[in-house]
Amino acid sequence: MENNKPSKKVSRRKFIIKATLGSIGGLVLGTYLFRKPIYRSIAGYVNTLSTPYEGSKDDPIIWFEITPDNKVILQSPKVEMGQGIFTGLAQIAADELEVDINQIKVIHAPSATGNMDAFGTGGSTSISSLWQPLRELAATMREMLKTEAANKLGVAVTTLSVAKGVVSGGGKSITYAEIVKGVDKWKVPATPALKAIKDYQYVGQPIARVDLQAKVFGEPIYGMDAVMPDMLYGSIVRPNKVGAQYMDADTNIAEKIPGVVKIVKEKDFVGVVAVSQTAAEKAKNAITANWKVDKIWQTHDIENMIKVGKGDAIEIQKTGKAANILEDKEGLITMEFTSPIGAHAQIEPNGALAFVEKDKATIYISTQVVKITRSEVADRLGLKTEQVNIIPTFLGGGFGRRLHTPHAVQAALLSKAVGKPVKYFFNRQEEFQHDTFRPPTHHLLKAKLNAAGMITAMEHNVSSGDVMYGSALVPAIMQNLIGSDLGAWRGGMINYTAIPNYRAVSWRVKLPFATSWWRSLGLLANTFAIESFMDELAIKANQDPVAFRLAQIKDDTIGKRLKEVIRVAAEKSNYNNKAVNGIAMGFACCIDVGTPCAQVAEVTVVDGKIKVLKVTCVIDPGIVVNPNQVKAQCEGAIIMGMSAAMFERMYIEDGELKPIIYGPYKIASIKDAPREIEVIILQNDDKPGGVGEPPLGPIGAAIGNAVRRLTGTRLTDMPLTLG
Amino acid sequence: MEININGNKRQVEITDTSTPLLWIIRDVLNLKGTKFGCGKAACGACTVLIDGQQVRSCSYPISQLKEQAVTTIEGLGTAENPHPVQQAWIEEIVPQCGYCQPGFMMATASLLNNIADPTDEEIDTNITNVCRCATHYRIRKAIHKAAAIHQSKTSN
Repeated sequence: MENNKPSKKVSRRKFIIKATLGSIGGLVLGTYLFRKPIYRSIAGYVNTLSTPYEGSKDDPIIWFEITPDNKVILQSPKVEMGQGIFTGLAQIAADELEVDINQIKVIHAPSATGNMDAFGTGGSTSISSLWQPLRELAATMREMLKTEAANKLGVAVTTLSVAKGVVSGGGKSITYAEIVKGVDKWKVPATPALKAIKDYQYVGQPIARVDLQAKVFGEPIYGMDAVMPDMLYGSIVRPNKVGAQYMDADTNIAEKIPGVVKIVKEKDFVGVVAVSQTAAEKAKNAITANWKVDKIWQTHDIENMIKVGKGDAIEIQKTGKAANILEDKEGLITMEFTSPIGAHAQIEPNGALAFVEKDKATIYISTQVVKITRSEVADRLGLKTEQVNIIPTFLGGGFGRRLHTPHAVQAALLSKAVGKPVKYFFNRQEEFQHDTFRPPTHHLLKAKLNAAGMITAMEHNVSSGDVMYGSALVPAIMQNLIGSDLGAWRGGMINYTAIPNYRAVSWRVKLPFATSWWRSLGLLANTFAIESFMDELAIKANQDPVAFRLAQIKDDTIGKRLKEVIRVAAEKSNYNNKAVNGIAMGFACCIDVGTPCAQVAEVTVVDGKIKVLKVTCVIDPGIVVNPNQVKAQCEGAIIMGMSAAMFERMYIEDGELKPIIYGPYKIASIKDAPREIEVIILQNDDKPGGVGEPPLGPIGAAIGNAVRRLTGTRLTDMPLTLG
Repeated sequence: MEININGNKRQVEITDTSTPLLWIIRDVLNLKGTKFGCGKAACGACTVLIDGQQVRSCSYPISQLKEQAVTTIEGLGTAENPHPVQQAWIEEIVPQCGYCQPGFMMATASLLNNIADPTDEEIDTNITNVCRCATHYRIRKAIHKAAAIHQSKTSN
């Protein structure tokens, strides 16, 4: 059953009304989504963007602005990093606002307008978190406009109809833009009933991305493209070695390089401001910095740290008596798996364009965490947060890399030193050596089978570097309360809930370099380990891996949805347990952010190398706003996950993280990508779930399981290679 | 010096002849569609056409440029009159984050200048750019579609 009733969390009582915005009448509607107030609000106000709004704790999360040409500007609290959120929000808003999709322009909300999402953008949550509040608030705004239209037209509100932003009734009509003129007091109705999903015109349709034109014709939409008058260029010296601390620097040669405006020495870094990018880079390379390095790290040091049994452990899942049963070695099956350090390697480097003036700072930046970026800049500059305006741009890739933005602070300090706007960004070596990496993992799995080939007990242990620890997004107190790393758990729990005894244990290790969110967090490695193990158990039980999986899943709500994606994936791919003509199929599945996903990879071996020919992907994210973009997310996640599973690995040699360039850090290219990807979408839930990350889960295991069936070799270590 | 770019002659002052063409395009001519990705010709985000052939402009010193015609994404086509490659990219809804896409489109335009109807193997060999959103599946479809659009236009 679909949910088109207003949520209980939104009620008239909780609307916050702001009487004035500058000299123009307007209003703000606020609501609360979580235990802590996170504001999901609307502002419908009049005519121009020229009304600066100073934020407060009642700041709205979503602004609608109606322009004189009867268009609607939607200021999005979520950033567009390729996931298609601008398109999804436009579709949802257009349907409840009763405007044409082309009448809506979605833009990034600068922090000056106040509508920042404290959570940032990530975790496949953008559509799922805004689905209900955006519809409710858009519907409320439509009703407010209708009520005011009734006044202006002199007809009863019940006789009015709306289409394309024009309200009609009694033989008369008036546009939204005309309605809002001169109104300084609005009547706020109770949240109206939402339309039935079948009545939506845009939601559910595979419409083209709203940012397609900008991206095909090369418009300047990214952080790297931002410009300001009199802009200069910055660079910052970064160490090559892991754990190096800045001491001081000799800048004599650098100062004399033509084009250098100023060498900037701060307590924790040394940088350059110059008239061009080339001069800034040359001067940086001419600086000799001194670093304090306590230890020269090697890859094997890290591998020795990331071992199940070392570090702090916490039991994250427990049903029955798995630990007791698996203590006894009789009939015990165990396997170990590993995954390496992974780089984000997004193509747009990190950086920012900053302009710091006496009492304010303006920062253009590709960030996933507008609010955190703002507080960090304000703190370091000694400004109030409202004196810092963060203007988010389109992201040239996110993947979790834009959750940490200390470079915004550095760009601001360079600008402050010269009193002019400064654009600063990483070069590629700096990107690779100063990434916030996907941590390496080690997995130990244990199980026992009974005579009927059913699993009687199963256990997953994962050892991982930190994912969420150390992030400003997760308060330290919460991390200490949890005692382990939620991000490292992602995908680490056992979904085979019909097993009578199962448990999962997470082991936490602090590494000497930054590790963090990488699209899908622990899901990629955890699913690789668990689903490879399941495949091996099916072989040991002499069962078909699809039937084997289905038999171990409970028939609860999520279990039924998981079973359905498994069945459909097996059917649509014509899954065959046996290799035929040198091609084998591998099966794997997962549940992530409430979305079940199953994949079948068809694999062959060419010249000793694994080649993925086709992937069938079945996903059930619930209600789908844009099936074309859900497919795009699946296609991208499959190839990105395949790339990580088959090719990618950072290592440490004599203290240096390597490789430092694409190529040696091999990312799947068009040659490697499967020629065929079939995505099948099921919608067995009454609300939208996450899509951006779940399809990254199964692919590694699906490939490994195919290789096992083709060659007899079980691959246990990413990146997966033969011999 | 004079640069022949997107069909226009533009005067630019060059103070450092080692400056890569990329930065002249982006920072002097203010054409931002050509992207910086790696600075080592390893990713292709900075791909432009020089006399119709793909060049990774981050590693092409401005001193090498004489009278050749430079084409960037801004000169490939317009919304009103898109290049077949851009039309195909729109029809297949290729971009996600979109940052690498101008480089892919320029590399594809170069490929089609040399091979009107490339096979999958010719695509594999000639299109070596990096896309982190991993839009390769749609890129391949768009390349074939661009070839078809181009051929139908030239045969008419």
